[in-house]
Amino acid sequence: MPRSLLDRRLLFVSGKGGTGKTTVAAGLAMLAAEEGRRVLACEIDAKGDLALCLGLSPGRAVGFEPVVVAPRLATMAMDTEASLSEYLRLHLRIPFVRGLGPLARTFDFVADAAPGVREILTVGKLAWEVRERRYDLVVVDAPASGHVVSLLAAPSALRALVPLGPIRQQTGWVGDLLADHSVTGLVVVAVPEEMAVTEAADLVARVRRETSVDVAAVAVNRVLPELFTHAEEAVFDSLHATKPHGRLRELAGPGVDDVFSAGRLAMELRRTGAAQITALGRLLTGETLLYLPEVFDADGGAGLARYLAERLGEEL
Amino acid sequence: MRQPDSAADRPDRLARLFDGTKVMVTCGAGGVGKTTVAAALGLAAVAAAQRRVLVLTVDPARRLATALGLQGVGDSATEVNRAVLNRAGWSSRGVLHVAMLDMKQSWDDLIRRHAPDAATAAAILANPLYQNLTSTFVRSHDYIAAERLHDLTTSGDWDLVVVDTPPSRSALDFLDAPSRMADFFASRLLRWLIAPYRSRLVGAASRPFITVADRVLGAQFLADIAEFFLLFQGMYDGFVRRARAVEQSLREPTTRFVLVTTAEPLPSREAARFAGELAVREFSLGAVVVNRLLAESLRSPAGAQAATWLARNADEVGLALHPWADPTASSRVIADVAASYQAFRKVAAGEALAERSLTDIAPALFRVPRLGREISDIEAVADIARHLMA
Repeated sequence: MPRSLLDRRLLFVSGKGGTGKTTVAAGLAMLAAEEGRRVLACEIDAKGDLALCLGLSPGRAVGFEPVVVAPRLATMAMDTEASLSEYLRLHLRIPFVRGLGPLARTFDFVADAAPGVREILTVGKLAWEVRERRYDLVVVDAPASGHVVSLLAAPSALRALVPLGPIRQQTGWVGDLLADHSVTGLVVVAVPEEMAVTEAADLVARVRRETSVDVAAVAVNRVLPELFTHAEEAVFDSLHATKPHGRLRELAGPGVDDVFSAGRLAMELRRTGAAQITALGRLLTGETLLYLPEVFDADGGAGLARYLAERLGEEL
Repeated sequence: MRQPDSAADRPDRLARLFDGTKVMVTCGAGGVGKTTVAAALGLAAVAAAQRRVLVLTVDPARRLATALGLQGVGDSATEVNRAVLNRAGWSSRGVLHVAMLDMKQSWDDLIRRHAPDAATAAAILANPLYQNLTSTFVRSHDYIAAERLHDLTTSGDWDLVVVDTPPSRSALDFLDAPSRMADFFASRLLRWLIAPYRSRLVGAASRPFITVADRVLGAQFLADIAEFFLLFQGMYDGFVRRARAVEQSLREPTTRFVLVTTAEPLPSREAARFAGELAVREFSLGAVVVNRLLAESLRSPAGAQAATWLARNADEVGLALHPWADPTASSRVIADVAASYQAFRKVAAGEALAERSLTDIAPALFRVPRLGREISDIEAVADIARHLMA
């Protein structure tokens, strides 16, 4: 069943800030491309982090025009003004001069004042890329939980707000595409910590309630490996006693204290993490859960995304 | 390159940060612990001095909210229960209050206070665009948070307000919100928007916009927007004035920004970027707090040596521990613990690098370790406060 995740055409990746949405999105994109699909990875909040995770050098700016980063893999950053310009040019045949003069600034103001405008221009562009079939899969590094719902609900929100007009007619198919569970899915990323777990469960509930988008999977990221079995834990505890600990210090030096103290911390982190994973499982029975391990590597970014791509390949 | 603060400097650094500060704004990327650091700063601020301190939070975690006494409180400031503080071992010379920013209520209050009459206020509050704007529209959250902050700091009720910024898509949104609001209401473009609905004459300059907007959004939507802004007529100047005052107060030397981050690659990059943006806007960066750091024990050279040795000699060590534990079991435990140390050590090394580059941009750098447990009660917040004060 998880296999169907990459067989969809549009995947949004969201979750609490700091859980690793960008790296998971990059990992999914890389995996899909390696398996032979043509992939577009899109960053909504253009920070440049997705490009980094896909291996582009820090100086390399990515904009609305897709940039090829690997065979079958391109990336872009959303720009709602550019999206409007493209839309007007292609669909209404109105030239829209970007960046110059009052029209551009007016767009900014209207887009800020009228809720849903930026969102519909974002999902509209993404849906259009899916429909045009230049890519087999569009992976979206979406905003964090608090903001992604308005993005996913944009087509229906716009219908409520704009009763008439060409944009309403032209966006009906966008809503249909988002609501098609074989096409569109949301991957919610969490980590084994209370706030992230609660927020993930809340997000799933909200998406179900307020949008028609399918929650395709919940990815639990940064899962710590099990350090000890129960029996080994008892042995570890016993080695803290004066005599064995003293012997260890004789053998390995006083640094043994640090090693053991770090070991206790690792155990504690693993224990609280495991409890949170259990809690998540209870809150989200029936959801597809993917588990991604913590990576003990200092580099973050592209190496991490690559590693996640491999792990995702195993999970899916 | 700046030298890290010496141990002798440390207890004074927080005092210096509080000294002469009336507003402290915690900012940073999502998920780094801004809210808990804001709460901890509040605790620290009342510990040493007889200050009246308010911590203004936005969107705090539910359990933390309960712990701080925020449930069902809404917008008004509530004193943090002294008994609760005492149980957490926290003695305070000052008085600590907390408030949770209620976006909708704050906007409604603002409209009621500044509308020319009750009828206009009622019309605005009932307008569907207004309701949409203020409840779901994130940028309005940034503006109203800044507005409310200005309100509180000019009230004279508090010696220090610690404010946690909204979970914006970009932390910059909070900083830019007042000037954007002022620009919008002061602009001629707003008049263009509503001009066709005030008079039948459509100026040549606004014609292209109206054509595009009409075809894209539909005439009814435009009429709705126009009506909405027509209601605001007469409040424009007030909005502009207030927004500029809010922005100005963010620039006062008595307002200090505390940048919260973790030492991971992406957040610390964003923190450095953000510090640059603060400087460009002439806001004052008071400190950087590096949160959730791995334990010091993971940075010790002696620890590294011990781990390497133990990893290589696990079997012999197991035998040497024979009287106290089974050799096979203990050699496995030793090997596991050594490997775990080495794995975490790599992360700690990356954190140390990130810390060093953050030291360059920080007038003062505070380090908070990762606690082995969730931050969901006052005890945990007090722990963090102790680390800030250490």
